[in-house]
Amino acid sequence: MTEPNGIPRDEIILEAKGIEKIFPGVHALNKVDFTLKRGEIHSLMGENGAGKSTLIKCLTGVYGTDGGVIKFNGREIHPESPLHAMSIGISSVYQEVNLCPNISVAENIFAGRQPMKGPFVDWKTLEERAGKALERFDVNVDVRRSLDSYPIAIQQMVAIARALDISAQVLILDEPTSSLDKQEVAKLFDIVRKLRGEGMGIIFITHFLDQVYQISDRITVLRNGELVGTYKTGELPKIGLVTKMVGKDFDDLANVSRVRNESPHDVMIALEEVSAYQSVENVSLELRRGEVLGFAGLLGSGRTEVANLMFGIEHNNSGVIKLKGSAVRLASPKDAILRRIAFCPEDRKRDGVIGELSVRENIILAFQARLGIFRFKSLRQQYELADKYIKLLGIATPDADKKVSDLSGGNQQKVILARWLATEPEVMLLDEPTRGIDVGAKAEIMKLTLDLCRDGMAIAFISSELDEIVRISNRVVVMRDRAKIGEIDEDEGLDQENILKAIAGGMAV
Amino acid sequence: MNGLIRKLTSSKLFSALMALLVILIFNVFLNRGFLSITVVDGHLFGQLIDILNRSVPVMILATGMTLVIATGGTDLSCGALLALAGALSISLIRGSSTIVNEYSAIPFPLVITITLAVTTLCGLWNGFLVARLGIQPIVATLIFMTAGRGIAQLITGARNLTTNYAPYSVIGQGWLMMLPVPIFIAAAVLLVVWYFTRRTAFGLFVEAVGVNASAARYSGINSSMILMIVYSISGLCAGVAGLIYASGIMCADANNAGLNYELDAILATVLGGTSMMGGRFYLGGSVIGALIIMALTKSIYAFDVAPESALVVKAFVVVVVVLIQSPFFKNWRDTVKNRRAAVGGGEVR
Ligand SMILES: Nc1ncnc2c1ncn2[C@@H]1O[C@H](COP(=O)(O)OP(=O)(O)OP(=O)(O)O)[C@@H](O)[C@H]1O
Ligand SMILES: [Mg+2]
Repeated sequence: MTEPNGIPRDEIILEAKGIEKIFPGVHALNKVDFTLKRGEIHSLMGENGAGKSTLIKCLTGVYGTDGGVIKFNGREIHPESPLHAMSIGISSVYQEVNLCPNISVAENIFAGRQPMKGPFVDWKTLEERAGKALERFDVNVDVRRSLDSYPIAIQQMVAIARALDISAQVLILDEPTSSLDKQEVAKLFDIVRKLRGEGMGIIFITHFLDQVYQISDRITVLRNGELVGTYKTGELPKIGLVTKMVGKDFDDLANVSRVRNESPHDVMIALEEVSAYQSVENVSLELRRGEVLGFAGLLGSGRTEVANLMFGIEHNNSGVIKLKGSAVRLASPKDAILRRIAFCPEDRKRDGVIGELSVRENIILAFQARLGIFRFKSLRQQYELADKYIKLLGIATPDADKKVSDLSGGNQQKVILARWLATEPEVMLLDEPTRGIDVGAKAEIMKLTLDLCRDGMAIAFISSELDEIVRISNRVVVMRDRAKIGEIDEDEGLDQENILKAIAGGMAV
Repeated sequence: MNGLIRKLTSSKLFSALMALLVILIFNVFLNRGFLSITVVDGHLFGQLIDILNRSVPVMILATGMTLVIATGGTDLSCGALLALAGALSISLIRGSSTIVNEYSAIPFPLVITITLAVTTLCGLWNGFLVARLGIQPIVATLIFMTAGRGIAQLITGARNLTTNYAPYSVIGQGWLMMLPVPIFIAAAVLLVVWYFTRRTAFGLFVEAVGVNASAARYSGINSSMILMIVYSISGLCAGVAGLIYASGIMCADANNAGLNYELDAILATVLGGTSMMGGRFYLGGSVIGALIIMALTKSIYAFDVAPESALVVKAFVVVVVVLIQSPFFKNWRDTVKNRRAAVGGGEVR
């Protein structure tokens, strides 16, 4: 490889030494060292709450540090805000997409640094440049429309485009791939590799081990706010990485496998030729007690919409939805909750987390909504319930009173899961429940799913991870273009290959 | 112990209380008799009592406003509904009589019930516009902000209606256990609203809707019902405040009763620590906010400032208090505490 503009490799761009960060009750970073070289992709790994996002936020001025130095090209810097960090040359995409939903895509990409024509914003140039920025990802959208009119994957791309547009020397991506599908990830990786070729240093955070090994040159592992070490990717086998992250021998997905269904079970929810306007078409399926029904398909294939129908968020305009054999009309989520249906939604930030409220309040919310306004659980009962699920799911929080937005991303996801378990549902609809969750917790959540299934719950499991679906589902519904194109039973060759074939179009089941 | 102190000083109530204290202390230096309380005819008199008594209408409006703001909205109509309540109650008392009487045309409890029912329904209408039709709260409540006074004028025939009906005067001018009756009414309203929000799940649901309406809906909360209840409560509060206000002067003034009170109520709420963005609300804070506003007005008058410039002084103090509470300053304080030279970032989350 030739070096463009003679940038020497192995030169350190960004160096952090002894970074300290203390939040009330949490020592989030304890003397962490980190170095990033020019032209490398450096993965930052660790369990939920290990301090990855916090380190990023310290490097980019979201938080002030409580100790340590940050050097950029050998000079000490004090980033004061993300915008300031950008102007120094460090740009970042945070884990929780930080865009403004109700302004246009173009404005989101250029917010704070719009091209100007005299005192006015130069809209034409703005829109042209925004369009170009997105073209790199083969994303063709109307940049004048508001951001929230696009699905979360596009929003993620917009966030990345925003960070990429500037001539940065360091690019930080905190879990950028969690809501992207395979092709989109491949596209992103192509771009990232190209940037590496141009000499940019890239920090990459993800919980997908495969992606780490696919793309990174070095790996730094954090555990409980402390540095475990930095390794060359080639010298650290996967299992070693996981052991370093978890800190003990790890009991992985290998021994998670579906619960065998011996006897036929009662049907909990049945959709009969259900169609909904601008949503799904002619979907029929049955969800039974004591089984995991997987939903496979690409993003936008209609998986989420089916779950929405079963939870009263969307409404069918033809066909019948039956609950335990009798037709029901689910007018609202409340209706569904009263009938013991629970739904852990895909877009955690928009539809799940209630950031300002405490962990306890977030956990009891749906349960309390089922009881209604007047049967208010006493504080003591609330704490009992919250503590029970904090323990059961291993939510990393000093106590139940912590603001949920102060938890790490993965732990927020667990809180939402806890909210639904607390309603003691008979039907659980899980839409991407393992998104943003570390390997250990992923295995735990899948085991938990199977336990619930064993106890007789009916579970719909939507995931983009075919591996997970295949592992725990008894049957899989394959969706494409907002319709169900087939169903594969565990006795009929339920494996990734068959699902992929079905998605690709050759389905005869 | 240290943690306890930190918790205390960082709480929203604390900074509001401090602001109130500063203004009160200021007043003590301004006029000697500020703290003195005398007993005349078995009634307590004094400037402190006066501040408490006169802040009651805004305090009650702010109670309803606090819930509305917690859902992320505002209720601009409450000042006008206050005027409407006054006009309606006095015209009900007078009936068709054209002279000032000492009796009521219909039973007094009925007067109160009808008045409160009407303002509550107006509030419900606001809630309907916001929750069901998705109209922005400011626009939706603007309707009654202007129409409310219009209706009040229609009722009074555009005159300042007066009455001499003695039981009516008790609401705004009576005494109970040495203290003015309005203070007890305000305490009762607060107690009821506090109980309803904090001893049932209602407050939790209000905060959930205010922070993230979509997530609240996914959790099974009927947010449009919550909104309608909240705006109705604000209407009811405006009704109560209107009765106190009109009874205090025994006159219904459709044009000037409670003029700009909605702004004072919003201010009291914000001073009390409830964010205009919605979410967490602090009823106690709003009460202190209302007291701050009244104490401030008092001290400005003690300076013999012309009413026009009084507003400027008020605005200035408000700016200072709001700035102190802003996230920017909070960041700044944190950063200073963390021995960092640089000033904390502007756009944290
Ligand atoms: N603003 C905050 N206030 C208080 N505590 C915080 C705050 N942000 C993070 N924390 C705490 O710091 C710890 C590290 O969180 P961080 O978000 O860095 O984890 P992470 O490694 O990014 O995890 P994940 O993989 O789940 O995203 C957690 O225990 C979290 O609760
Ligand atoms: Mg994180």
